[in-house]
Amino acid sequence: MADEEDDIILSELNDEELVEQMFDDLYDGLKDEIEEGVQILLERGWQPYDILTKALVGGMTIVGNDFRDGILFVPEVLLAANAMKGGMAILKPLLAETGAPRVGKMVIGTVKGDIHDIGKNLVSMMMEGAGFEVVDLGINNPVESYLEALEAEEPDILGMSALLTTTMPYMKVVIDTMVEKGIRDDYIVLVGGAPLNEEFGKAIGADAYCRDAAVAVETAKTFVGRKHNQLAAG
Amino acid sequence: MCQAGATLLISGPVMTNPLHDLLSQRDWLLADGATGTNLFNMGLESGDPPEFWNETKPDNIRALYRGAVEAGSDLFLTNTFGANASRLKLHNAGHRARELSRIGAEIAREIADAAGRTVIVAGSVGPTGEIMEPVGALSHADAVEMFHEQVEGLKEGGADVAWVETISAPEEFRAAAEAFARADMPWCGTMSFDTAGRTMMGVTSSAMVELVESLPNPPLTFGANCGTGASDLLRTVLGFAATGTERAIIAKGNAGIPKYVDGHIHYDGTPELMARYAVLARNAGAKIIGGCCGTMPVHLRAMREALETTPKGDAPTLEQIVAEIGPFSSDSDGTGDQSGAPKRERRGRRRA
Repeated sequence: MADEEDDIILSELNDEELVEQMFDDLYDGLKDEIEEGVQILLERGWQPYDILTKALVGGMTIVGNDFRDGILFVPEVLLAANAMKGGMAILKPLLAETGAPRVGKMVIGTVKGDIHDIGKNLVSMMMEGAGFEVVDLGINNPVESYLEALEAEEPDILGMSALLTTTMPYMKVVIDTMVEKGIRDDYIVLVGGAPLNEEFGKAIGADAYCRDAAVAVETAKTFVGRKHNQLAAG
Repeated sequence: MCQAGATLLISGPVMTNPLHDLLSQRDWLLADGATGTNLFNMGLESGDPPEFWNETKPDNIRALYRGAVEAGSDLFLTNTFGANASRLKLHNAGHRARELSRIGAEIAREIADAAGRTVIVAGSVGPTGEIMEPVGALSHADAVEMFHEQVEGLKEGGADVAWVETISAPEEFRAAAEAFARADMPWCGTMSFDTAGRTMMGVTSSAMVELVESLPNPPLTFGANCGTGASDLLRTVLGFAATGTERAIIAKGNAGIPKYVDGHIHYDGTPELMARYAVLARNAGAKIIGGCCGTMPVHLRAMREALETTPKGDAPTLEQIVAEIGPFSSDSDGTGDQSGAPKRERRGRRRA
């Protein structure tokens, strides 16, 4: 297990050093090390929510920033997200038990006709990395599956992805249907995908277009924060 | 496994290929424009697979192909971009990859042969849409299998070359190359550089040149398609040329950027812009020049005229590209000494 990593013993690091080390390990996509780090922090009496926000979210924020800045690319981010998932698998049941505060919930899916899920998976992973609960509908979603999921999951956010110029107009079909049913304003609608741009997002009636997964997380946080403030004020 | 390796060693360059011949006779070739954009204008519904039309609406596909040929294209791509098992299975047609590829190529052959001049049929092969091992789940062997099935169909239908396009991952590019070797098919290949000057998977223009030259069956020509607009694409072509490659370069950029107007996707690049792009692409070192998304026959005509009436000039500077076509989407293209900021340094390994 410990193979060549014999020069660092995670359990011998103090909390601060361990969290720093976990940032590095997330950056390098080391799943086993992240799982071990999470276990150690739990054994030291850390709250699951603190491990999530301080160690994992903190590390994924660095990954997200470097992805946004064109320093990291998709393969590295996927590996980091995979390591993060390892840690999350341990924390998820504990978070539910301890009634940790919810950052927000998102239903996400690639639109009908589009099988591309690379970008969507990235958003999904980065959102989880930021502490959101994510329900992933997968690829090829007709408007009906989006509506069913919105009703069943009651998310804050609907995320739609399309990677083809032949499928991106379908996002408008979904939004138009939501408007017809009078539920458009109950959700924050975020759209993304390589052929899209901000203007397109606006034209089809989405709340925002997100250029990449890091931007999606930032945008989601902003909108959810705004929504909570509105609720508090109202 | 050893035998599989041996079959890759195809015997020498393909000398009898029509594209090879045309490339040796001409200084530049005009490729085609968009497929999706043109089919939408004929009523393709968003979400429907364009490849089904090869069978159900062949006249529309004839019109698509003819549009490019009549506008002066020397080469056009078949309507088979998504005709691989991975994509078609979404429409419960995963088993029809070879057949739909063949029909797409047959119609293309018919249009090319009726052109009255040499027009090359390039069998379009798009990405599988899946992430390959080790990061993703698709194995090299399965990817090769998928591409092989498609290219056999394209070959049966009469394509002159296979043309893999819009690829992001080097693993997928290699798998396609191996499939083409298996089918003994000459080929061309382009990647899509849409993320800070690199492909989504981080490949720079110079890294693509290395990739191409490392293949046991390198393509006849290689280059870039789609991406984020004509300016970025020209910068990528400059990046290819800067490596000193002798292999012919392909430039297939989008006609501007997509906008949503009256329920339709409209690309904002005018025919005049694409004409300037074509001239700059040739000056930058491209030999096969075409468009991608948003490029209609009217753009192709303007490009052809510009290429015919403008003498080849010096390679443009980045400033000239910005002045004539518009700004880049990112400051750097990731090549050269300043190849991105250094990756995050791990804090030194602490002693145990």
